[in-house]
Order: sequence, then structure tokens, then C-alpha cells
Amino acid sequence: MDSELPALLVLGPPMVFKLFQSHYSHKYRFLNAFSSHLPLPEFLQTQQTHPSSVRAILCNPRQPVTADVIRSLPSLGIVATTTVGADHIDTAECRRRGIQVVTLGSQFAPDVADMAVALLIDVMFKISAGDRFAKKSIHFKPWSFPSGSKLGGKRVGIIGLGRIGGEVAKRLEAFDCIIMYHSRNKNPSVSYTFYSNVVDLASNSDVLILCCPLTEQTKYIVNKEVMLALGKDGIIVNVGRGALIDEKELVQCLMEGEIRGAGLDVFENEPNVPEELFALDNVVLSPHAAAYTLDCFMDACEHVAKSLDAFFSSKSLIISPIT
Amino acid sequence: MGSISVLLVGKVLPYLEQELDKRYNLFRGIDPSQRAAVLRDHAASIRAVVASSSGGPDAALIEALPKLEIVSSFSVGVDRIDLQKCKEKGVRVTNTPDVLTDEVADLTIGLILAVLRRICECDRYVRSGNWKKGDYKLTTKFSGKTLGILGLGRIGAAVAKRAEGFDCSICYYSRNEKPDSKYKYYPSVVELASNCDVLVVACPLTSETHHIINREVINALGPKGVLINIGRGKHVDEPELVSALLEGRLGGAGLDVFEKEPHVPEELFGLENVVLLPHVGSATVETRTAMADLVLDNLEAHFLGKPLLTPLV
Repeated sequence: MDSELPALLVLGPPMVFKLFQSHYSHKYRFLNAFSSHLPLPEFLQTQQTHPSSVRAILCNPRQPVTADVIRSLPSLGIVATTTVGADHIDTAECRRRGIQVVTLGSQFAPDVADMAVALLIDVMFKISAGDRFAKKSIHFKPWSFPSGSKLGGKRVGIIGLGRIGGEVAKRLEAFDCIIMYHSRNKNPSVSYTFYSNVVDLASNSDVLILCCPLTEQTKYIVNKEVMLALGKDGIIVNVGRGALIDEKELVQCLMEGEIRGAGLDVFENEPNVPEELFALDNVVLSPHAAAYTLDCFMDACEHVAKSLDAFFSSKSLIISPIT
Repeated sequence: MGSISVLLVGKVLPYLEQELDKRYNLFRGIDPSQRAAVLRDHAASIRAVVASSSGGPDAALIEALPKLEIVSSFSVGVDRIDLQKCKEKGVRVTNTPDVLTDEVADLTIGLILAVLRRICECDRYVRSGNWKKGDYKLTTKFSGKTLGILGLGRIGAAVAKRAEGFDCSICYYSRNEKPDSKYKYYPSVVELASNCDVLVVACPLTSETHHIINREVINALGPKGVLINIGRGKHVDEPELVSALLEGRLGGAGLDVFEKEPHVPEELFGLENVVLLPHVGSATVETRTAMADLVLDNLEAHFLGKPLLTPLV
């Protein structure tokens, strides 16, 4: 019965949790710590569970797996997070204890890349603006066309040529875009032009696409100087993190026509979005949904389930562990 | 050339109308009563007609213009022009291919993404403040899906090339199988629709392709299927499409063209799985200017006795 199923302590909860729970309720006894305000030991008591029977955690950044949490679970052997990053997990403590940390790999890179391209085309061809316009009245009047031409020949500067940046590049190459990039390090296995300086990249680009993680070094990597260098015909797409761009400056530049437009999936203070953007037709806004497809969520669930399976059946774990 | 009489019968870019006015003796005959008045007084002098996707010379008009030498269309599609009659009468016909292929293909991918990933709805969601109440729902992944192309011409091939960058599988239907194509061929539209996730209409409008997307095809495409029409409104049986969308028999649609433009079926306005565009097609000022220049250059070449740039007839 229930007590024979391995316990899975759930913190966060991860965005995919509802889906995960619906597919795997026959495999785990879920301990939904996210729904309780009690400290962990007391919460476990309410679940008639001794801390020593908790061997696995499923989490996401909403509820960090701190050293305290880890120390209160003497049998903990695996922590799975539904993110690529593990900043919310005390990985040093995990290493000390020999606890496996499992993160997502590149499951959602294609979906995020799709979103980046979707936002770019929408801004360039005013698709959302056109849809708003067409749905206003049963007879559409002449439409004011955007200027600027096809994607072909456009110089696209990718900031962060990791898994996601690579998928974006691949897609835009099929549109005959010219790909350039800025990354921490030059990648010798790609032939795209590398820029060590973001302002230089912007000066030589028609489009900037942000695909890098947010770190101390990348905060506000797109600032006013970069936007002015990009210029009045330039378009910015952000599928990274809101704080990669100086949002106040971005709003100013958009309102004053210092850049042509922007497609934004992320913002500095989600779910708050600067209201000045709502009146603009040259901006497309998305509620941090780049990885929010059913396919992607299912892939993430399967990845976690496989990792947990391997752990509980004591097979050797080869799926993206952090050591 | 200012003395050559030209009749304009379709809506075109203002720049084109202005240039035609400058270079020729231009008569405007877009509106039927306008046209009747022009014909009454000037039919015998008109040597050229400029058409577009919104209007072109039918057999009756061609008959009514004894001095007609050339029809130059501000469009790729020439379904508004009676080509047969033009051939019979030795009237040349030009259109504007190639200049807009890439734009239309770019827009097509944009439309597919807009429908599957609910881009327009997400934008509405944020602008309305609803994001503060909770996340938007899960949408459908595009990468890796199977794209069915109806008409593997210039535009169809350009769409396929872009979709391959998303790891899509490509299949197609056309009048004849293309032996050099690496894509999978289906001998009927219904079979194509049954075997793809997204169906793109990219063929010319002819009497054979009128309502080529009918109830049977729509049902074959199914409750998870998406129809993208960047061809002509009349390719699709619009009332059938509307009822299929309202009843959930079709998963979604992205439409740039409509049967009775500029009329748009308002039953579709509230559907989150439908993206509508006001016939943007060749979507930008630059492309439309290039198209206009092609119209002007074809006319000029004709009247100077030089070879036409983009003749169809």
C-alpha cells in the first residue's frame, strides 16, 4: 500500500509538480512540504514519517534545500531539481554527505529557442499587433506595415551561446540570418563571429538575443550604452532573465525610439511588468513561458522519474549528476 | 509616357499609385461605379491595367478594353485575372514573384509559433494584468512537429527550409510529386492532413484549389491539428473552418487571408487558438516597395519594347 512506496519530499513546488504527481502517484508517497508552514521535522510528524525514512527530495528554487534541511534528513541520498541551476541547493553539504544532485539538462532548450524566434518574428512583423487589430472589427482597414525587411541577412547577436543560444542560432541560420555571439569564452567549435565586448556586438548587430544565465557578471549586461549601440533599427529579445537588461533604460529606449522593438519573456520583478510597455505596439510581452509547453514539462518529469528510479533501485546514476 | 492610359483596378501601395500617376495617364477603377464611369469615357484608350490581390480584370473587363496590351499585378497570386482570356487576346500578364517569398515564409513560421505557443494570447495575458493572478497555461511545442505543405512552390519550399531548422518533419501535397524533393509526398490533401500536425496552404488559387480545405480535410487535420493559410481566403471553406474551430474539431488556425476580405468572421475573435492578421502577407514596406518597382519596371519594359521582367503570360 502507500507505506511501501518510497517517500518523496517535495519542496517548492516545482512548476511541473502537478503533472508529475498525476503521472507518478503510483510510484511515490508524496510529502508536500511546500504546503506547510511548519518547520520540516514537525511537518514530517504530521505525515507520520520519520526523518530517517526520507531518502529523496524533489525541489525548485522557491524553497531552498539548505544545510539545515539536509542535516535533518540523515538518510537523504538524492536531491532532484527541475531547473538547470542548483544555486538553491547547498551542493557543498551534498558533496560532504555523498548526496546526488540531479538537475535538468537541455530538455527545454528547443522550447526556449522556439520562443526566442517566435518573439523576434512577432516584433519584426507585428503579429500580435496585427492580431489585436484584426480582432477589433469585422472589417479590417488598411494596416500600417512595419518597416525593415525579412530576417534573411539580418545580423543576430546572441549573448550566451550555450545550449539555448546554440538552438537559437541553428533556427535562425535556416532563415539566412548572420549569427554572431558574445560568451564568457570563445567557442572554437563554432564558426560564428565572436565578440568579447557586448557593445561591439551590439554595434554590429540588428538583433540581440539574450540566452545567458544571470550572474553577478551578467547583471544589466544590456544597459543603455549597449542599446544605443544597437541603434534605432535594433530589436532585443530576452529569454534569459529580466535582470540581464536594465529595465528602466529599456523602457525609455523603447518609448523614445532608440531601439525598434523588443520581445520579452522575462522581467526584473515578475509578474510585474512596466505598464508603459502596454501601450506600445513594438513590444511583445510573454509571462515567463518559454519552457511552458506540455512536451517540455513531460520531458522534465520523465527525466526526474528516471533519476529517482535509478536511485531507488540502486542502479548507477548517469543522468546529469553534479559531483 | 505620360500619355499612355493605365487603369488601376485593385488596391495597391500608395507609392505605386503615386508613381503610376506621375508616369502615366492613370484612371482609378477600383470601385465599380468609378470603373463604369472610366469605361464609358476612356475604354478605347486604355493600354494597361494594374491589378492586385484585391482586384483584377475578369473576362468582361478584358473584352471591354480593345487596346489592352498588358496587365501588371501587384501580387504573386493572379486568381483575380482571367489568364485564359489574356492568352486569347495576346495580352501580357506580369506578377511579383520572388521579392516576397522570404517574407511570407518568415511570417508563416511566425504564425505557426503564434498559434502553437499562444504568443498573442500570452501578450494579452500580460497586458491585461492577469499574470499577477497566476501563470499562463502550458502550450504546444513546435520543434519536432510534422509540417504538411500544400503546394511545394517557392513559398512552400522556403517554409520547409525554415521548419527544418526546428527539426520538423516535412511532408507535402502538390499536383504532381516532385522527384527531386527529399520530403514525403502524399497523393491527396486528406492524407496530407491526416499525417501532419500543422498544415500550411501555400499553393496558387485556381478553380481546382478553390475550397481545397474543406470539411473532410479539416476533420482529418483534427482536434490537435493547426491550419495556416497564407494563400487565398478562397482556398478554405470558411464557414466549415469556423464551425470546426468553435466545435473543437480543429486544434487551431493562423489566417492571413479570408474569403471575403476585408470581412473577418467575428466568431473567431474570442478564440485563443486562432491568430488573425489583416492580410499582411508580403509583410513590410520594403517588400511592398520592391513589388511596386517590379510593377513599374514591367510596364516600362513593355512600353519600351524590352523583355518583360516577370511575365506569366
